[in-house]
Amino acid sequence: MSLIEFRKVSKQFGRQVVLNGVDLNIDEGKCIVILGASGSGKSVMLKHMVGLLRPDSGEVWYDGQRIDNLPEKKLSELRTQFGFLFQMGALFDSMNVFDNVAFPIVQHTDKNPEEIREIVEQKLRMVGLRDVDKKMPAELSGGQRKRVALARAIALDPRVIVYDEPTTGLDPIRSDVINHLIIKLQRELKVTSVVVTHDMHSALKVADRIVMLHEGKLIFDGTAEDIRNSDDPIVQRFVNGEAGDEELAGLRETPMK
Amino acid sequence: MAFEIVERVGGQTTDLIAGFGDFCTFAGRTFTWLFAGAFRARTWRLLLPQFYEVGVRSVPVVGVVGAFIGMVMAVETYSQFAAIGQESRLGSIINLSVVKQIGPVLAAVMLAGRVGGALAAELGTMRVTEQIDAMRVMGSDPIQYLVVPRFLACVLLTPILTAYSDVLGIAGGWLISVPFFHIPNNAYLYYSTHGGVDTWQVMEGIIKGFFFGGAIGLISCYKGFHSGAGASGVGRACTESFVASFIAIIIINFVFADVSKDLYVAIWGNRSIFG
Repeated sequence: MSLIEFRKVSKQFGRQVVLNGVDLNIDEGKCIVILGASGSGKSVMLKHMVGLLRPDSGEVWYDGQRIDNLPEKKLSELRTQFGFLFQMGALFDSMNVFDNVAFPIVQHTDKNPEEIREIVEQKLRMVGLRDVDKKMPAELSGGQRKRVALARAIALDPRVIVYDEPTTGLDPIRSDVINHLIIKLQRELKVTSVVVTHDMHSALKVADRIVMLHEGKLIFDGTAEDIRNSDDPIVQRFVNGEAGDEELAGLRETPMK
Repeated sequence: MAFEIVERVGGQTTDLIAGFGDFCTFAGRTFTWLFAGAFRARTWRLLLPQFYEVGVRSVPVVGVVGAFIGMVMAVETYSQFAAIGQESRLGSIINLSVVKQIGPVLAAVMLAGRVGGALAAELGTMRVTEQIDAMRVMGSDPIQYLVVPRFLACVLLTPILTAYSDVLGIAGGWLISVPFFHIPNNAYLYYSTHGGVDTWQVMEGIIKGFFFGGAIGLISCYKGFHSGAGASGVGRACTESFVASFIAIIIINFVFADVSKDLYVAIWGNRSIFG
């Protein structure tokens, strides 16, 4: 049975249709990558998974339970099973690294300070960070900030880790560190991973399965091998990073001189 | 053309009502969490830093404003009172103005600017950088964690800052009247305490403080929570929070003045300060 299920989910902001009847099943223990251009509604999909957004129509299911109509309080309990890595990290900038990672543990468990310290240090070690626990988020580099945010996301040993553009804004080497981290956590913690990205390199590296979102609909569903061999022109252009006539039309109409 | 105008007016009216509905829901959730969490140690632990931010750091500015207003009152009214030979009664008019109106209202306005702006900016930035979403995703309610302590700090400390502003306003009035204008100290002090200023008047000002503080806290947190995207969104949230808090203060003040006056007259009758 699939762990997360979208059933004909539609979402609209003002007049803009972002999701148009999306159906998707995500199996437990696998890493699924959702590809799509910037602004194609990938992050909106992620936010539906944890109930941060509710669909205009359609249903979202998690672990055999419909969640899109749950009250906020019930959702809060459910969300502790998710680890969410935000695009910019979303670390609390008024707290140091230690307090950031400890936040969910303090909020949801009755562990004593000694145990909390142990867990926080273990999580920071898992993402490859040492001696940063006293630093404030502003003192960290972009890559470090993402890794601290990841340590915070896995603090409560979630069943699902959700990554919102994990490699955006990082250089290729730091990006690859994050890719390896995703694979490592996947393997060691046996979690279900959902990665939203437009970084093809990262997608091909971490995915068990890739789906692609285009104009509110899923236009591709398959493995990394499948997407390389896809003959859909939109998918092909995305895989190879080539702009089509439609995207370039604006440039041609306005001559530089 | 006419239809367009009607449509626009209608649209704006529904937006306004929807916004007010949102605000009431927000306030309702804040009160629910407030009573649910009032007896938990965690709520009080979060409260201390807010007490410092809202209360301690407002002391200098509220004090300066209070003292100077008392001094200005003395400077402006002295010559008129002296002309009718009633300058020794200056204390009653200055102190009455300070404890009933100027002290509470100006303290609240200063707080709306200093604290309200800061709250809206802080929460607005947290909204824009997804920190509020992050909190929700981690299963914590941002209203409970962020809004309740800030709201409580505003509600509990505004009356205290009002009392402090009152004291400095009274001292400022005395400082100009007695040492500078040479009103006899005994007469000034006698009329300060026997000329209309009684417990009722002082308490009216201080009780108003609870409501002013509540309005500042709720409005600023609400505006911050619903901040638009980017730096301009946060900036707008700050401005709107100050303007809305200011208007709320002025309206609450009017309602209070009216109700309190009626109550006072009903209990004691109309007492003149020149009696």
